[in-house]
Amino acid sequence: MAFWDDHPSKKSKSVFHMKFAEEIKRSIYVALWLMLLTFPIIVIKVNTIDNVIIWRWSNIAGIGLASFLLSFFWQLYLRKKAPEKGVAMEKESFFRRLLENPKIYRPALIIIASCALVFPFIASHYQINVMTTALIYVMLGLGLNIEVGLAGLLDLGYVAFYAVGAYSYALLNYHFGLGFWILLPAGALLAALFGILVGLPVLRLSGDYLAIVTLAFAEILRLVLENWNDFSFGPSGISNIPRPGLFGIPLTPEQSAVYLYFILIALCLLTIFVIYRLQHSRIGRAWVAMREDELACQAMGIDKTKAKLAAFALGATWAGMAGVLFAAKTTFINPASFTFLESAMILAIVVLGGMGSILGVITAALAIILLPEYLRVFSDYRMILFGAALILVMIFRPGGLMAEKRRQYQFHHTDIEDKT
Amino acid sequence: MEYILDVRALSMDFGGLRALENVDLCIRQGEIAALIGPNGAGKTTLFNCLTGIYQPTAGTIILYPPKTKSKQLNGLKINAIAKLGMARTFQNIRLFGGMTVLENVMVGRHCRSGAGLLGAIFRPPTTRNEEKEIVRKSYTILEYMGLAQQVNELARNLPYGAQRRLEIARALATDPLLLLLDEPAAGMNPQETNELDSLISQLQKDFQLSILLIEHDMKLVMNLAQNIFVLDYGKEIARGTPQEVRNHPAVIKAYLGEEEGPDAEIGQC
Repeated sequence: MAFWDDHPSKKSKSVFHMKFAEEIKRSIYVALWLMLLTFPIIVIKVNTIDNVIIWRWSNIAGIGLASFLLSFFWQLYLRKKAPEKGVAMEKESFFRRLLENPKIYRPALIIIASCALVFPFIASHYQINVMTTALIYVMLGLGLNIEVGLAGLLDLGYVAFYAVGAYSYALLNYHFGLGFWILLPAGALLAALFGILVGLPVLRLSGDYLAIVTLAFAEILRLVLENWNDFSFGPSGISNIPRPGLFGIPLTPEQSAVYLYFILIALCLLTIFVIYRLQHSRIGRAWVAMREDELACQAMGIDKTKAKLAAFALGATWAGMAGVLFAAKTTFINPASFTFLESAMILAIVVLGGMGSILGVITAALAIILLPEYLRVFSDYRMILFGAALILVMIFRPGGLMAEKRRQYQFHHTDIEDKT
Repeated sequence: MEYILDVRALSMDFGGLRALENVDLCIRQGEIAALIGPNGAGKTTLFNCLTGIYQPTAGTIILYPPKTKSKQLNGLKINAIAKLGMARTFQNIRLFGGMTVLENVMVGRHCRSGAGLLGAIFRPPTTRNEEKEIVRKSYTILEYMGLAQQVNELARNLPYGAQRRLEIARALATDPLLLLLDEPAAGMNPQETNELDSLISQLQKDFQLSILLIEHDMKLVMNLAQNIFVLDYGKEIARGTPQEVRNHPAVIKAYLGEEEGPDAEIGQC
């Protein structure tokens, strides 16, 4: 013991060197591997006009150096992080505390709210439309969050409910001339009914099997819409869908975009309110319990059938509403808008944001829809960046950007108050 | 003494395998009964039949709730049986890991409360009071089970012994008439087992429960149970008081094999 105490610097120095060596070794491996991997595309360039091969050796040096440095700093970062796990946890809870501190989040909310209010009057028509689309996805994300995040029902066919909403607005308007404000709840209701219809046959399924069956349902619906010309006008879709009316006042497209934007803000607030309430209710707890353990939740007296159908119906309700809004916004719909890619996108929003977390889902929806619009410069790399972002989130924040946090209760002797 | 549960000629087949054969079981009001038997004897299968997880092939299960008329349990859904007053724990702990300790118990109150979707959204005074009542009652149970310090912990982060206790707490929250405990002492050290011993008998007194437990720890069983049922290969081979069962030749044979010494006795290890 005493020997080591006498030479603390020597000990730490040698250990430090050893660690360094390990990292350098690893980084060299990484660099070599990457050089080999990228060799064909980075170094060799075939000039097909002159039929010569150009060897660009300088490129590979750059790749090697860059990957070596990146890997080295990455290893250093990992090393630094490893023994200080407690500190990292502390940091996260610090961020949480920021979010939960009324002094921080109240002004933040006010700023966000005033930005949202002012936005349509300073932004261009195009930007309002982009934001409206993003808000539709916020609704979709929050709706799917009921199914996937709370009830744990992995639904890969969520877009079907969205399509039901959109088509019920378009078709009922076309055939019966009904207006937006009647068809908004009607579309939601029809989607909810469709949700129950889909829910009934899949009651016994969960996990992967449920995912496949819901995916199939969505594809069936899309194919029906595509092929049943008499009913849905086939691939050519339905055009001239009216925008929402404002007490019969005629609106220019610009005005109506602003109007739709405010409708969506209001509906998003409603969605947040309803889902927040549901989440912290008896029903919400039953959903989460079902997600955690289906058998145990039944043994606690929860009716699995009811809980599952309620989750499907409610999730579908928001999708239906979003569908009506989508049809009203674009004034044209066809089956191509309701492909599996949409379902995957909405699911990515929920997973990225954090299953069961309202704030997380909103953030993820805005990020996923808005970023590609504003980063059009990188549009060629969109899918690569998207994939990379997904992988990074899954590595560093497996629970999503803002993982769900359970409600905390504070007890003082016998009187009870709860604190969120 | 009144019976609380009466099981008659219960059989359970899995394909060609008969897991339970003509099992009779009756539990008196307010008693602690135990179900023992070697591994694979069909004890957990019997529990699963009683709680509706399996539908028995033949036989009847009748619950006699005090003051109301009797109810046949076979054919009912799991949640309906839970609502009638049968609560259980699981051999391999099945808590809601991602929920807090308090929420786990609050889920147990589900079948004793009634707020629906509209109640959840509009939160009228009735729902609000009900919610307060759920929290209060759940906290009281957790206090009783010695888990009051951990109410806001995630259930999956609790130590093993505490998880076992939380499972019992969650079952208690359903206001059961009959509590079914599936190997509550599994994986516990001797001291924890002793604590569990006094906890279970205390529970029985304080909540006026009837308890049926499966357990391999013979000391616990002999201490607690007033009545013991022994299963082997799906059949009942003995029943009676601990003393009777301890000396029953069939039981000794099932546990120790054919060759029986003069002083072979269960639970003396």
